[in-house]
Amino acid sequence: MAKAGPPALCMAGVHKRFGDVRANVDVHLTVAQGTLHGLIGENGAGKSTLMSVLYGLHPADSGSIAVFGQTVRIAHADDAIGCGIGMVHQHFMLVDTLSALENVMLGAEPHWYLPQAAAPVRQRLQELMESTGLRVPLDSAVADLSVGDRQRLEILKALYRGARILILDEPTAVLTPQEADQLFTVLRQLRAQGSTVILITHKLKEVMALCDQVTVMRAGRVVADMPVHEASVEGLAQAMVGRKVQLERPDLSAPAPQQASPVLQASGLEMRDAAGVLRLCGIDLQLHAGEIVGIAGVSGNGQSELLDVLSGLAAPDAGALQVLGKRFAAGTWLDPFSARDIGLAHVPEDRHARALVMDFPAWESAVLGYESLMQYCRRGWMRAGAMRRATEAMMERFDVRPRKATLASRKFSGGNQQKLVLARELGQNPRVLLVGQPTRGVDIGAIEFIYGQLRAMREAGCAVLVVSSELDEILALSDRVLVMYHGRITGDVAIADCSPERLGLLMAGAGA
Amino acid sequence: MDELMLASVLGSGVRLATPLVLCALAGLLSERSGVVDIGLEGKMLFAAFAAGAAGAATGSTALALVAAMGVAVMLSWLHGLACVSYPGDQVVSGVAINIIAAGLTVVLGIAWFGQGGQTPALPVEVRIQAHWESAVQAIAPLPWLGPVIGQALLGHNLLVYVAYALVPVVWFLLYRTRFGLRLRAVGENPHMVEVAGVSVRRLRFAALGLNGLLCGLAGSYLVLAQSASFSPHMTAGRGFMALAALIFGRWMPWPTLWACLLFGLLDAVAMRLQGLELPGVGTVPVQAIQALPYLLTVVLLAGFVGRAVAPAALGKPLD
Amino acid sequence: MSARAALPRWADVALLPVVCLAIALLASGGVVALVGQNPTQVLVALIDGAFGSARGLSYTLYYATSFIFTGLAVAVAFHAGLFNIGGEGQATLGGLGAALVALWLGPVLPGWAMLPLMLLSGMLFGMVWAAVPGYLQAYRGSHVVITTIMFNFLASSLLVYLLVNQLRAHGNVAIESAAFTASAHLWSAREILAFAAVDWPGSPLNASLLLALACAVAVYFFLWHSLSGYRLRAVGSSPGAAAYAGIDPRRHVVQAMAISGALAAMVGMNEVAGVSGKLVLEFVAGAGFTGIAVALMGRNHPLGIVLASILFGALFQGGAEVAFEVPGFSRDMVVMLQGFVVLFSGAMSYVLAAPLARLLRAVVPEAAHG
Repeated sequence: MAKAGPPALCMAGVHKRFGDVRANVDVHLTVAQGTLHGLIGENGAGKSTLMSVLYGLHPADSGSIAVFGQTVRIAHADDAIGCGIGMVHQHFMLVDTLSALENVMLGAEPHWYLPQAAAPVRQRLQELMESTGLRVPLDSAVADLSVGDRQRLEILKALYRGARILILDEPTAVLTPQEADQLFTVLRQLRAQGSTVILITHKLKEVMALCDQVTVMRAGRVVADMPVHEASVEGLAQAMVGRKVQLERPDLSAPAPQQASPVLQASGLEMRDAAGVLRLCGIDLQLHAGEIVGIAGVSGNGQSELLDVLSGLAAPDAGALQVLGKRFAAGTWLDPFSARDIGLAHVPEDRHARALVMDFPAWESAVLGYESLMQYCRRGWMRAGAMRRATEAMMERFDVRPRKATLASRKFSGGNQQKLVLARELGQNPRVLLVGQPTRGVDIGAIEFIYGQLRAMREAGCAVLVVSSELDEILALSDRVLVMYHGRITGDVAIADCSPERLGLLMAGAGA
Repeated sequence: MDELMLASVLGSGVRLATPLVLCALAGLLSERSGVVDIGLEGKMLFAAFAAGAAGAATGSTALALVAAMGVAVMLSWLHGLACVSYPGDQVVSGVAINIIAAGLTVVLGIAWFGQGGQTPALPVEVRIQAHWESAVQAIAPLPWLGPVIGQALLGHNLLVYVAYALVPVVWFLLYRTRFGLRLRAVGENPHMVEVAGVSVRRLRFAALGLNGLLCGLAGSYLVLAQSASFSPHMTAGRGFMALAALIFGRWMPWPTLWACLLFGLLDAVAMRLQGLELPGVGTVPVQAIQALPYLLTVVLLAGFVGRAVAPAALGKPLD
Repeated sequence: MSARAALPRWADVALLPVVCLAIALLASGGVVALVGQNPTQVLVALIDGAFGSARGLSYTLYYATSFIFTGLAVAVAFHAGLFNIGGEGQATLGGLGAALVALWLGPVLPGWAMLPLMLLSGMLFGMVWAAVPGYLQAYRGSHVVITTIMFNFLASSLLVYLLVNQLRAHGNVAIESAAFTASAHLWSAREILAFAAVDWPGSPLNASLLLALACAVAVYFFLWHSLSGYRLRAVGSSPGAAAYAGIDPRRHVVQAMAISGALAAMVGMNEVAGVSGKLVLEFVAGAGFTGIAVALMGRNHPLGIVLASILFGALFQGGAEVAFEVPGFSRDMVVMLQGFVVLFSGAMSYVLAAPLARLLRAVVPEAAHG
């Protein structure tokens, strides 16, 4: 398995701080040659920062890096590439308007005259595609490639530049379980050919299935480092979080009783996006009072568009909606204002660009969407005193810290921002609640609080729809799970009948 | 319209479009790399002043050109310092450059030459002369074609030909060279270029440097070929028209060229339409004709540009 | 954003603009020295010319009046996320609107009816001139910066055409309209203060100053205390969040430009009704561009704008005095300074923020945390 010789990578005593935040504190990491090494930790644990330091995106404040036994100085991505380090980022680093070939070539063009530079690049890529089994159409524009193809292209790009150490940052975040398996096959193949792979992830099951060695980071430090055969999922989770984690459903056997008539019924929703691509194909959906329905599926299969349509942010091309006694058809759709009016609240997926105005102080963000309500506004003039008092009450109820209503929204941490948004939306006692990615970028303590709040809404009779790319989260919260694939709902499964395998098949569009 | 009139209009149009072509190409390089360039007007103005001042002071065409290009490059790099090295607002920086140029050129002009801001008229040796006059004479006798080709295409000064020749050069640079590939990439996804090991800053500063050289040529043209001296505010909005032509040309070299020619022709036609009687309208007022390019730009922007796709990273500072 | 965010709030709001101004003055001083003048002598003469006498102060405030209008115009647009460079054109149209009413109804109506009508007409003209580019930006995606620049040129062409062909007083060689009747004149400061038995020297300063200050107060309340203002700022700060809240960004973009145009248009009241008493060419005289500098220096807040306007008014008045006394000095120096101010407070504030933050940390350690 592992090759003999000096370790592929040895990082020692790495410190990195961004202003007041200490992202990496005295980190030591050793990766043996020819191994698959997992680097795990919660959001904000420091693993991405460590790899950014390794790849030269941020210089370390102190510490040393040795690659294949040689101490190196990495100040720029150029240096890292020169050492044989390649990185596949979570958000693909590709130029949509250029072809796959041009994307690979960029930065390492063998000749200044492009037509002459393309030929050797193409040949080398053919060789790589043969040896690794990764295939990508080289002359298509990246904009036309699928997500899986783009990831394959990213790996080819790194290999073309001579990467012997390949870092992958959350590679399965955008893949179905089946596509993830294909990726794992490729990674094992690369390991067999002598490459070293570092996998950054927070998915423990992947690490257990794939890796040889695992390093756990928490709050900027390395807290555990062991061969995978000595580790367990529970042990790793505990190391990641620092205490025993109880994220499982408290009571699997008693889903909430459903009322006969749904409070929300959508039928035949169809929508094309600005480029004409069909995003929603004939969606039928029902929500009942007192239940949590989860929508599972890999990001990009229409979940975001569905939330936009149900909340009134976008109008579908076809379909009808009946919600809380009101009907809407494609030509005269709901808008966010009337949605709130009838008792529908929405916690958006994108906190930064939608849920809050980052430059507003908290007391102004806390009324966003409700600013014209009588409690906040009288005859066109805002009631600052009432707004401030309401914000303070929200912060108290949802334990938002720091308790400063005049602080700019962007200065709160992710978890506190999300709590403020929830406080705002839940505070209006909605009858239907749409939630997108409820705990993205949120620390563990806040996650438990948020789950508790959503369950409390269900107890109170609200109909809750949760969209999440974390299957575990869907399983923890939902009474009923819908699976979306390519704009369709491929499955409607009661929680008792759910298993990751079954859901995985539905997420890939197969099985029922 | 008889053939002499047509020839004259075409020839005028080609000449009037020349500074637009140079400025638009400059803006193209800058904006393709992701940096908005509102300051084309100010750079062209300052370059014109530099050419006029240097030409008057040294009596050398070469030095005038060098001064003009040098000044414009410095202004471009100042813009780069504010917006590329630091995340300053690119539009505000461009506007600042325009205002500074407007004021500083007059201040220096008055201080150095005293004629209310105007530079002294340049002697004939310093100015750039028409080329191929003999060829124009030679084909003049040809019916119809002679005057048209003669006045429209031949007989212009060297800078005109240089400007039009630069269009395929810029095209080649952008689409057939390594630098051009990187430039196009950096305007769409600068992060990608950075992690590929190429410095985004250096690319953008290089683009801005080329931008400065081209603006310098545009300014020189005004003073060395078109009129004979610099007068305050002589660019009169041409930098903005070049920007409009660039947008109308969807940030591609050849469509931008056609847009510039269109505006140049409009300008040429405007001068000749003065005092013309149109049926039903009466005399077309001078001001209406002068306003036509601006009006047309607005109409074009309202109608067409809504669908033109700018480089994706245009205007966004790299963080 | 990180360098600016490292500054404590008081430094970001008050100290940084002062530093930017100081550097702009230094740069201009450098140019002054370069052309053979003495910068300190110029500066002293400038301050004296602006504040040293009642007449000087009067002129300073008169200039400031126009800048308050255009500065507020730029600021309102900025808060909606737009850069309105069209202040020149909108002010031109504002003067035109006021003048048309004055010429048409002047002989017929008394002062107390004329002046409000002129104001409304001017505001309406300016509003339309700004709302069209606003509409084009919101509904057609045409960049408002370019369209407003084009509209500036169109406005000046329109003014020239009308003055030369339609409005010129009969037999007059000069390119200006007929003089307005007395009912269309705004009271000058001299007239107003005469009521209080104060002897004030004659100057262009007129009642528009009070109008400008009232506008500043109104803009403050509008932006930070009204529902429309809340929504406008949301649209400017985060269009995505505004859409989520059910706010239509397009409507508010047009509304912001309309308000902006109406504010800039009031320069017409100052110049045309308050000073000249007739419509002339070039009455705006660059106030639209100075408004940009004023808004940037004043951090887009009405109070800051008023202070920055007085500053620039002083520079213009002082500059005029210096032009009399010091040979070779011209008003264009002030234009240049204005450009430097826009450059340093607008575009290069980030360049200055980092060294400033370091300096502060060294000097006042506890001030380092914002």
